[in-house]
Amino acid sequence: MFAHPHLLGIEGLGPLDITAILDRAETYAEAARAGTPPEPVLKGMTQINMFFENSTRTQASFEIAGKRLGADVMNMAMQASSIKKGETLIDTALTLNAMHPDLLVVRHPHSGAVNLLASKVNCAVLNAGDGRHEHPTQALLDALTIRRRKGRLHRLTVAICGDIAHSRVARSNMILLGLMENRVRLVGPRTLMPAGVDHMVAEMTDDMKEGLKDADVVMMLRLQKERMDGGFIPSEREYYHRFGLDAEKLSYAKPDAIVMHPGPMNRGVEIDGVLADDINVSVIQEQVEMGVAVRMAAMELLAQARKG
Amino acid sequence: MTVTTFTNARLIDPESGEETLGWLRIEDGLIAERGTGARDGVDCNGKCLAPGIIDIGVKIGEPGERHKESYKTAGAAAAAGGVTTMVTRPDTDPVMDTPEMLAFAMRRAQDAAPVHVLPIAALTKGFEGREMTEIGFLGDAGAVAFSDADAVVQDTRVLARAMTYAAGLDALIIAHPQEPVLSRKAAMTSGPFAAKLGLPTVSPMAERMQLERDLALVEMTGVRYHADQLTCAASLKVLARAKAEGLKVTAGTSVHHLTLNTFDIDDYRTFFKVKPPLRSEDDRMATVEALASGLIDIVSSMHTPQDEESKRLPFEEAASGAVALETLLPACLQLVHAGHLDLPRLFRALSLNPARLLGLSAGRLAVGAPADLILFDPDAPFILDRSKLRSKSKNTPYDGRRMQGRVLRTLVSGREVFAR
Repeated sequence: MFAHPHLLGIEGLGPLDITAILDRAETYAEAARAGTPPEPVLKGMTQINMFFENSTRTQASFEIAGKRLGADVMNMAMQASSIKKGETLIDTALTLNAMHPDLLVVRHPHSGAVNLLASKVNCAVLNAGDGRHEHPTQALLDALTIRRRKGRLHRLTVAICGDIAHSRVARSNMILLGLMENRVRLVGPRTLMPAGVDHMVAEMTDDMKEGLKDADVVMMLRLQKERMDGGFIPSEREYYHRFGLDAEKLSYAKPDAIVMHPGPMNRGVEIDGVLADDINVSVIQEQVEMGVAVRMAAMELLAQARKG
Repeated sequence: MTVTTFTNARLIDPESGEETLGWLRIEDGLIAERGTGARDGVDCNGKCLAPGIIDIGVKIGEPGERHKESYKTAGAAAAAGGVTTMVTRPDTDPVMDTPEMLAFAMRRAQDAAPVHVLPIAALTKGFEGREMTEIGFLGDAGAVAFSDADAVVQDTRVLARAMTYAAGLDALIIAHPQEPVLSRKAAMTSGPFAAKLGLPTVSPMAERMQLERDLALVEMTGVRYHADQLTCAASLKVLARAKAEGLKVTAGTSVHHLTLNTFDIDDYRTFFKVKPPLRSEDDRMATVEALASGLIDIVSSMHTPQDEESKRLPFEEAASGAVALETLLPACLQLVHAGHLDLPRLFRALSLNPARLLGLSAGRLAVGAPADLILFDPDAPFILDRSKLRSKSKNTPYDGRRMQGRVLRTLVSGREVFAR
């Protein structure tokens, strides 16, 4: 039984928690494909999406997930609001808390900010990405996609490639995939590997050929240019040449390997555009689809845990 | 004429490195006589009598941030913590860079603080790293050292000139060795735990790198140089080499880097955000060993008051620093209780060495030295409650921690300024 007050990260969850969310999400995904509307289990509940950082995809996904389950969803574009007037994160949290929402979905540019906010409010908080720390629903939707395509979520070789240093997606995925006893490899230039990450995973390389060898899953990351303050890579074309995924590099992986990307993609920087659209290998659209299902499941389980 | 005799006291003598049970007589604010055995007088019940702490690098919010700490509140905290001399940092607002400001601050300090206050002045005007301050005038006005605090002078030519000029006046320069570009925006020391938390990091090498630059300039100019906080094995090696070569170099460290490590940050606890960031356990142990061996000369509180607002923020945005005037001694005693060093050795680092560095006659239990003394019970247990701190700001990383060691009395020039 899922018994956590918030979903702040993959860290702290157990294999059964993860399986519970994925199983629930799977039924939502199937129902959506069949066109069956789900039970409005969040009816009468208020969900507030607070995004302190621009997002179209994740915010839309959370909004649709909430609405499908009957919640009253409100979006707050925090960059345009009181933050500009000098209000602190905690004051904003307390103000919203006084309106008694049931679910707060928060994205923030700083690591740990969502944990801080969660400690000040009474409702369930879902981390929609904090700095370079965690993005748990992304890791869960990736896990669900892998499980559906590969038939299992253990003993797989997963290569996570590219900008690891700036990626919360990489961190959450490393933790989740490690917990489920998969073999995780990090592949990318050393400038984009956080110092000390070698203690978190078994394998690390800056050679795509070596990194992708016999991989079941190739997970590409977006080069996060907006988080870089200069000089991590010499140029995008050199990066593409060495680390961009194309058919040739993919040929090092297993023949039935799948290609993933959390989006939005920089085509021609970390991934070849044609490859990204190749429905035989790319599961990028399915990831987006599973995103809604996973978020529905996560919000439902949190709401249930709150009710006790 | 005021005369007091303390008897049945465990006299902690950092000069001789010995502790003896005996008595000590104070006359007119000075230590007049001492001996072993018993005398009539104030019975200390076998508790420790030691020279008062001389704390180099205390930040006080006057002028500019009085809501965080004033001379009055810092003075009360110092007295309660056994600090008889606060050597104050120049990172006020505006910075302490003119003799007029220094004189103003010293008048305020004299009126408000019950302990001695000695100021460090800025090394460059406005901490801008472009022009040196009036080192001569500031010295005449009472500045005991010159420093840009944690605003590292990046322009090596400016620093070389300031050092050359200071050397001519035999002035002391205090620096915060931290390569400023490499450490820009860093909130944590790099390592596996930082990678997990996803915070911007700096390698401890940034400290060594800047220390090496500074030491090359010290060798070139012959200035007296003190590194305020060395906190990692990499820079301690460099320090050992410089001392072996005979450079006029001393080094300090903060009580936080001796007693806490990077794991204490735990779930983004901002009270553990200090400058430089807390280090790995290996580096902490290297620092403790360097203190025990005498390679590190001085331990400071690096007292940095921050209000609740500047700490109740996401870790990256939160202000750095911790208050420590009142926790300096009990936290250091943790190292004594763990067997890393004895009490005389500890008071070399807390009292004697700072006094020598600044040319003060305090810091000793010698006849003729000022009666800046503390009586403390090294074993008394307590649980730290930050709301009870005398500092105006309560940002201590030790809140809720079990500690041992309490100050019972503090005397400044023979006058009692604190008693429990």
